[in-house]
Amino acid sequence: MSTVLREHHTVKALTEACCSRCTHRAATPCADYVRCRREGPICHQDAGCSAVLAGARAAANHALAVPIIYLGAGTCGLASGMDKVIPALRGFLAEHDLDVAMKEVGCFGLCHREPMLDIKKPGRPRVCFDGVDVKKALAIAERYLLNDDIPAELAMGVIPTPDADPDAPEFAALPDLYTLPVLARQRRTVLKHCGLIDPDSLSEYLARGGYAALEKALAAGDDGQSVLDHVLQSGLRGRGGGGFPTGRKWQLTRQQTPTPKYLVCNADEGDPGAFMDRSVLEGDPHRVIEGMLLGALAIGASYGYIYCRAEYPLAIKRLEHSIEELERVGLLGDNILGSGFSFHLKLKQGAGAFVCGEETALLASIEGKRGMPRVRPPYPAQSGLWGQPTCINNVETFANVSSIVAEGGAAFASVGTERSKGTKVFALTGTVKNSGLVEVPMGITLREVVFEVGGGILEDRPFKAVQIGGPSGGCIPDQLMDTPVDYDSLIAVGAMMGSGGLVVMDERTCMVDLARFFMEFIRNESCGKCIPCREGTTRMLEILERIVRPAGGESPRETVERFKSVTLLEELAPVIRDTSLCGLGQTAPNPVLSTLRYFRDEYEAHVFERRCPAGACRALLTFHIVAEKCKGCTLCARQCPTGAIWGAPKQTHIIDQDKCVHCGACQDVCKFDAVSAQ
Amino acid sequence: MTTHVCECASAVERIVRAFPSGRREALIPLLQAVQEEFGYLPQDALRAIARHLNLPAAKVFGVATFYNQFRLKPVGAHTIRVCRGTACHVRGSKQLLDAVADHLGVTPGETTADGEFTLETVACIGACSIAPVVMVDGDFHGAVKSNAVAKLLEPYREK
Ligand SMILES: Cc1cc2nc3c(=O)[nH]c(=O)nc-3n(C[C@H](O)[C@H](O)[C@H](O)COP(=O)(O)O)c2cc1C
Ligand code: SF4
Ligand code: SF4
Ligand code: FES
Ligand code: FES
Repeated sequence: MSTVLREHHTVKALTEACCSRCTHRAATPCADYVRCRREGPICHQDAGCSAVLAGARAAANHALAVPIIYLGAGTCGLASGMDKVIPALRGFLAEHDLDVAMKEVGCFGLCHREPMLDIKKPGRPRVCFDGVDVKKALAIAERYLLNDDIPAELAMGVIPTPDADPDAPEFAALPDLYTLPVLARQRRTVLKHCGLIDPDSLSEYLARGGYAALEKALAAGDDGQSVLDHVLQSGLRGRGGGGFPTGRKWQLTRQQTPTPKYLVCNADEGDPGAFMDRSVLEGDPHRVIEGMLLGALAIGASYGYIYCRAEYPLAIKRLEHSIEELERVGLLGDNILGSGFSFHLKLKQGAGAFVCGEETALLASIEGKRGMPRVRPPYPAQSGLWGQPTCINNVETFANVSSIVAEGGAAFASVGTERSKGTKVFALTGTVKNSGLVEVPMGITLREVVFEVGGGILEDRPFKAVQIGGPSGGCIPDQLMDTPVDYDSLIAVGAMMGSGGLVVMDERTCMVDLARFFMEFIRNESCGKCIPCREGTTRMLEILERIVRPAGGESPRETVERFKSVTLLEELAPVIRDTSLCGLGQTAPNPVLSTLRYFRDEYEAHVFERRCPAGACRALLTFHIVAEKCKGCTLCARQCPTGAIWGAPKQTHIIDQDKCVHCGACQDVCKFDAVSAQ
Repeated sequence: MTTHVCECASAVERIVRAFPSGRREALIPLLQAVQEEFGYLPQDALRAIARHLNLPAAKVFGVATFYNQFRLKPVGAHTIRVCRGTACHVRGSKQLLDAVADHLGVTPGETTADGEFTLETVACIGACSIAPVVMVDGDFHGAVKSNAVAKLLEPYREK
């Protein structure tokens, strides 16, 4: 939520009426309401009203007469310490009686630089500071706000603003943020406003052309046909993983005659290591809702649901607030902008089940049932929520729609490759330097994403692979990193676009362990309906666990099974894939198959040599105490669960290899880094 | 488990009545509201919900046990959530989880005997850039080292 100091409440919000002559209310809507926010007053001419609206627009565009502090208050910012910076700054402003506005904004995408804070003074660009703890925040505030001394050496760059002189000499030393390598290759449509505007303010969204696409679509008076045409022409494909053409799905639902129809936004974001949808919902919720309104118009839906993960409390808060504000001004509800089109939107919280991301399971969950997928056909378009025609799309899919309608389907289709149009948002994580949220044009290569946008590997260690597509996806090794980001190319190399998780791994990640990690996740999340998925994933997990189990103490039978493990995995995989009902089971073997395809030697080292080349599988490691480093503090000996460590206080300790169970507890507790593992 | 339910019976009634009766759609939101109030789902509350929605108790238990969010046992004074998402995994969250479990002497899903801590795992809380991440109650802790677990957790005992 944004906090503007009390003094600034003198300007009206842009959503409010200029005077009593404005008749727009939710119950008595004016068709020109949205345009009036940008250009009005329209229905009457009055210098006073023009001034009121101009003032409200200026405020919504951040052209204030006082400095503004922008606080990166998305989950990543708050988690890295912004929650402590905010009260400290508030205290500072009160203490010095400074007239300064504070705005909490969403994630700008540079999560590795969080906490981030920007300061914009009137007529000047936004100066961005990264890695801001309380001490640095107070130093910045004291110099820039109190003494007007630009702390250039603490800043990472500037964001140009319309009211600022781009050539001002005092900012010459600071780079434009968008020219930094991490941002220069990006193309921001979905993320355009993220981190820049107050997500809780409908006025700010309206002032930047928000809901103009909706207004245009309603004014066309063609029941959404033009929206559908634009989306068909754009070539937009679903961003939730499957990549089904959005226009075709909408057309199918539009053709159904039963009413009411439902539109559902899938905000369940289940891939464990991805947060694209969360950041968009936290940073620019109206973009998603406007996309839903346009979709509802195109398919003829009068009711909608956003199904959001309960693990995203901030996104939920933002959505609730936005829905409430839209209902109040009549952009949600009955007879929107006097067009006769009605759309009622509700928020549903998930309850923590990965399988509920699957569309039929999601619908069951909305209906209050266990989230178990069902056989299709009938497809949701024919029989979805309560048996009615229903269309389900992902958050990012909806977030693309308003610009498609505003700028035309052809403009959207001009970006990307032959069969994958537009941009894709990725959550870039793992051992990459610039971890965070990036939006890149389709067709860019994975190497460019990781090494140019992502800045390469932490500590410049050798790169090993990226994992794309989460538990349904696969690993891509170095030799295939020139694969372009597009739906079909990624499937060709045994991975998939997925929803946007991109985990970068260096030589220290063990691929067998990674496969085991995903298999454990899938085993836990299988809904249990299909035997091949429920039992097959359990069996695959057992096999993988046998591969990484300690070398000693195996029965002869177990040894034979270990030798057969790779063959068994390859036998099981196609059975699970071919005989499971839903996408979860059908794609469950992918992480195993793709690691086997590109890192078979690692499996073989585990199975036959009992060795983990990455040094990650503890059970296969030998722990030693390095005499030169050991201070004899006795901590490890007390921690070891089997009493395998002995030594007198202040003397070098020794590990009895016969007793060691390879738990690594000693390595975890040693404060002197004296325990080595090989 | 159900010992102090009598005192909550009126609170359960109050929550249940805020939802329309007989509408299955209200089941999950109702379970969430009850858990929000008590930290878990007391058995008697589940029965009250079943009556209110006109559903067999088995259906209500079925839903409550299907979703990871719902707990059927009371939780400790503090809830520790160790992230087991992919980004955290790649940065060592398995070792971290083991270290937390060792320190507390419980496995994930359990509560310490003194009722202080409940240990849980989650899949990605969206703070991957500071992986591995541990959440204690509402506080995030990033880049947590396995040997710093005691220092991180012990201060919560006094809170
Ligand atoms: C196991 C499983 C999990 C899924 N999880 C998600 C998810 O978290 N978010 C999402 O948008 N789609 C998810 N999907 C895909 C949805 O079923 C559906 O295809 C998608 O929401 C359609 O939207 P789109 O066409 O806009 O991509 C999942 C599918 C499966 C099989
Ligand atoms: S494939 Fe697995 S998750 Fe999907 S319906 Fe079958 S058992 Fe459930
Ligand atoms: S904890 Fe480290 S320093 Fe202490 S006795 Fe063990 S190996 Fe030596
Ligand atoms: S070092 Fe403790 S069991 Fe091996
Ligand atoms: S994987 Fe742990 S916060 Fe994302």
